[in-house]
Amino acid sequence: MFINWLVAPLHYEFMQRGMIAAVLVGIVCAMVGTYVVLRGMAFFGDALAHTILPGIAIGYLITGGARDTLFWWALGTAVLAALGIGAISKQAAVKEDTAIGIIFAGMFALGIALISTVRSYAVDLSHFLFGDVLGVSAQSLWLIIIFGSVILLTIGAFYKEFLTLSFDPVLAATLRLPVNLLNNLLLCLIAVTVAVSLQTVGVALMVAMLVTPAATAYLLTKRLPMMMALSALFASLSGVIGLYLSYYLSIASGAAIVLTATAFFVISFLVKRIKPG
Amino acid sequence: MYPHSNHQTDKPILDVRHVSVRYAGRTALENVAFHLHVGERIAVVGPNGAGKSTLFKVISGVLQPDSGEVTISGSRPTVHSCIAYIPQRSQVDWNFPVSVADVVMMGRSAKLGPLNWPKKRDWDFVNHALETVEIGGLSNRQISQLSGGQQQRMFIARALAQEAELMLMDEPLTGLDTPAQEGLLDLLDTLREQKVTVMVATHDLEQAAKHFDRIMLLNKKIVAFGDPLRVLHSENLLSAYGGRFRAVEGKGGVLTVDDSCCDEGEHDHVH
Repeated sequence: MFINWLVAPLHYEFMQRGMIAAVLVGIVCAMVGTYVVLRGMAFFGDALAHTILPGIAIGYLITGGARDTLFWWALGTAVLAALGIGAISKQAAVKEDTAIGIIFAGMFALGIALISTVRSYAVDLSHFLFGDVLGVSAQSLWLIIIFGSVILLTIGAFYKEFLTLSFDPVLAATLRLPVNLLNNLLLCLIAVTVAVSLQTVGVALMVAMLVTPAATAYLLTKRLPMMMALSALFASLSGVIGLYLSYYLSIASGAAIVLTATAFFVISFLVKRIKPG
Repeated sequence: MYPHSNHQTDKPILDVRHVSVRYAGRTALENVAFHLHVGERIAVVGPNGAGKSTLFKVISGVLQPDSGEVTISGSRPTVHSCIAYIPQRSQVDWNFPVSVADVVMMGRSAKLGPLNWPKKRDWDFVNHALETVEIGGLSNRQISQLSGGQQQRMFIARALAQEAELMLMDEPLTGLDTPAQEGLLDLLDTLREQKVTVMVATHDLEQAAKHFDRIMLLNKKIVAFGDPLRVLHSENLLSAYGGRFRAVEGKGGVLTVDDSCCDEGEHDHVH
């Protein structure tokens, strides 16, 4: 019975692709999200996700709505926006979060304005905002696999550098590690993650994938490798469970994934409250 | 890839020449000049906002002075990875998900070089450093489980793992009880045998007089620098501390200063 219940949705190829995409995106977001949480970059991640909307919109207008090319538009805009926001936040004219807030809302509005020039905009806009993981094509899945692997390999390759920089930037500087380069590399990793995750959870819910599984893991362990592993576990479980919920309860897939991740956080939080330590 | 420069042994380990630093038009350091020899132990004392942290940041090459220059064994600080800056405990995120050994291993990030993972030799280095500071049994603890004194020892171990030759310690005694302070100062004595040069910023004039070769009295500029008994007389202290100064005759005829506040305002300016 239960097996049937589990297997039935997988007869559909779009469900298989959606599952794989959701799990991969979950793992990538969870790894990058560990640093987002530890370095207090949640607002940056949220802003970055919203800021790429005009880029997607321009791609959408130029290509007439071809989904597969949108990844490249998202990727280009995300990297530019990440480095741009990174550079702007070093200027002291306004406070960093104020500067990010102004840019992010302005760019987001520009994106909506551009998309609203198309008659069928409501449907497409909701895909960009909230994701459409069941619409992932085989080609998109390959892009997720390739760029997801690049992100994971980079995090592994620079593990000790990112760890040192995140815990004690002054130590990183006195060890003469290339601090600016590493900071920008991390911003780029977050940017690529945003582009990779776009179709799964969409712009508006992206921050949940970056922050929630990592924060859940942080409640349960005080070791970075374990935090990364648990974070990846919660994220991929959220992807799978979320998709089943989406299938059987007919709710939006991105929202279902994020709600599952949130439930994991709430449960961990309550468990931690009842049984501290 | 990560730079490290060879030392010219005929040059002082640290030479500070006419260094001035200004933040937003406010003077933090003015025309500071001195030099240290290998293995010396210096206490830097002065009121809050005297520029102690700023001086350390300039020496470690994290902050560029507006004028003047700093050399470490003959070359500028930014080519050296042998300078350890030990932060104030209040500046550290103690909930960061790392163990004591993880933190000490961070000191080896530069020596390891890019793309390399720690090898047995590096773990030996870390364990030996932890033994030296007498917290070998705590290497697997999460850092939030350490006492204040143990936290300081962990950072000294990290500096040893870094193979530091110049240690800059920012208020290491602040917030520790007397036994922990004494233990830490004894530990610094053993470092002397390893030819590590140590500069310690502190509020405690009595400890400074008892345990250090020379004392630098700093208030944006160097008020006095030299033998503790020569430096710590009321005229100098009045000049450094101004109205906040209240002299008390302490043990061994050394003056102590009632300047109990410890919230340093100067850290927030540097990133």
